[in-house]
Amino acid sequence: MSPLGDGLTIAVPRGALFGGTVDLLAGLGLDTDELRSNDRKLLFEDIGVITMRPSDVPTYVEAGAADLGVTGKDVLLEQEAQRRSEGGREVYELRDLGYGRCTMVLASEAGPDPALEALRRLGVMRVATKYPGIAARYLEETGRQAEIVEVKGSVELAPLTGMVEAIIDLTATGTTLRENNLIVREEIVVCTARLIANPVAHKLTATAIDELLERLRGLPAANVA
Amino acid sequence: MRAITDTLRAVFERHGYGEVYTPALEYESVLARADMAEAQPAYRVFDESGAVLVLRSDMTVPIARVVATRYGASEPPLRFCYFAHCYRGVRPQRGQPRELLQAGIELIGSPAPQGTAEALTVLCHALDASGLKDYRIGLGDASLFPALMASLQVPESTRPGLLQALARRDFVGLEHTLEEAGLSDEAAELLLDVPQRRGEAEVLTDAPAPAVEAVTGMRQVHELLEPGVAARVIFDLGLVRNIGYYTGAVFEVYDPALGNPIGGGGRYDDLLGHFGRQLPAVGFALGVDRLHVALAGEERGTGALLAREPVQ
Repeated sequence: MSPLGDGLTIAVPRGALFGGTVDLLAGLGLDTDELRSNDRKLLFEDIGVITMRPSDVPTYVEAGAADLGVTGKDVLLEQEAQRRSEGGREVYELRDLGYGRCTMVLASEAGPDPALEALRRLGVMRVATKYPGIAARYLEETGRQAEIVEVKGSVELAPLTGMVEAIIDLTATGTTLRENNLIVREEIVVCTARLIANPVAHKLTATAIDELLERLRGLPAANVA
Repeated sequence: MRAITDTLRAVFERHGYGEVYTPALEYESVLARADMAEAQPAYRVFDESGAVLVLRSDMTVPIARVVATRYGASEPPLRFCYFAHCYRGVRPQRGQPRELLQAGIELIGSPAPQGTAEALTVLCHALDASGLKDYRIGLGDASLFPALMASLQVPESTRPGLLQALARRDFVGLEHTLEEAGLSDEAAELLLDVPQRRGEAEVLTDAPAPAVEAVTGMRQVHELLEPGVAARVIFDLGLVRNIGYYTGAVFEVYDPALGNPIGGGGRYDDLLGHFGRQLPAVGFALGVDRLHVALAGEERGTGALLAREPVQ
């Protein structure tokens, strides 16, 4: 039996959550040396790990290509917001893993808030974000009309060039925001890494998954939250 | 596909289920009598007098309507089967098109546990005949979690949030909502733990008092099943179907060759009452496309979870 338990496969996100997830897997007794050293390989069959972008994790887990996965709550919320009518991905959200703690914030340039100014004068603000679903839902819930500009890369650039008055983005320490003369105006939601499971795997491999959850409970990293 | 439906039809007929056809278009006001929750009809048209018609999103409600209007005087139990296209607003994805062919039965006028056991038996015979090998059937009870909340005195205002978290399969959300609800640690732990209990018959032992009724019902059903069918059952105290009209036993079909359930069903003892004939009932529907994908996956030995997880 592999250390993960009974041939289970887990989707591991590359990027910000990678380190924490690999530490967690190492804590469970997986041999993670190759996982750490080889950042081009995607499939680590002998330890039951596949690696991918964080936003792809729910896709693979929902389809059953992986039994389990680790991804950020931001990813889950965004996909839920974009699929509002269907109530998000059909995956189980099993555990808050605690690490990768970030806050989704609304930020704008320091000084008098340009977003407020735009709302007052024009009745509408422009907001750049990588999370159009979450942004649209939040601005709608707080009763503000906004034009949402979806960008793929450095969101901080958008207000500095005058394209938008505010941004909605994820921040861990706030350093990047400060360096770009942006300040947090509103905190929207705190996001951490989550363990998710395929609905069929959750039933058919119940024993293996429950054992894994039990062992996770004993690890310090998983109890930060 | 034709081979699959022919096989299923033969099994349904052997068990005494007669095939019915109902119109694909129903009045919206008729379907609205049942709580469809997430399986709401998605496509609407207007007729010549401006009334709203919808494309049916399942067959259970139309059959309930037919039973009340056309079989009002017939002696129950009534046995119907159907092969029909239903229409749902879903994202195009493997095994999940907008138009889906459902094969199913409805057993009307037969209460729990006998009726439930009969439906499960027909389900297993049909799947066996289709050639599916490694499937399991998750058996739960829709009334279990509400009963648990009521007996633990969960405030009314918190209950919908908890049920919603459970229906979204979000145990983290469930835990957070429980923390905010100000319940005793013991109650919160029970509400978080019970819906995660699933597996073989041992999950039915030491059920907390408020769940005993539902668990006893599940055990009674299980005892009525022939061994071949009983061996397929996985008990799942947290099973929630995304349709609101279920009142008792609910079940879902899982196969390691497919990442999502092939079909499912349950008891809907109140639904017929909305159409004027109070009769207990149970039924299931299989997604024929999903069954097809699962069969092909099993045959190749390369289905979603198949390469890794030998079942049984």
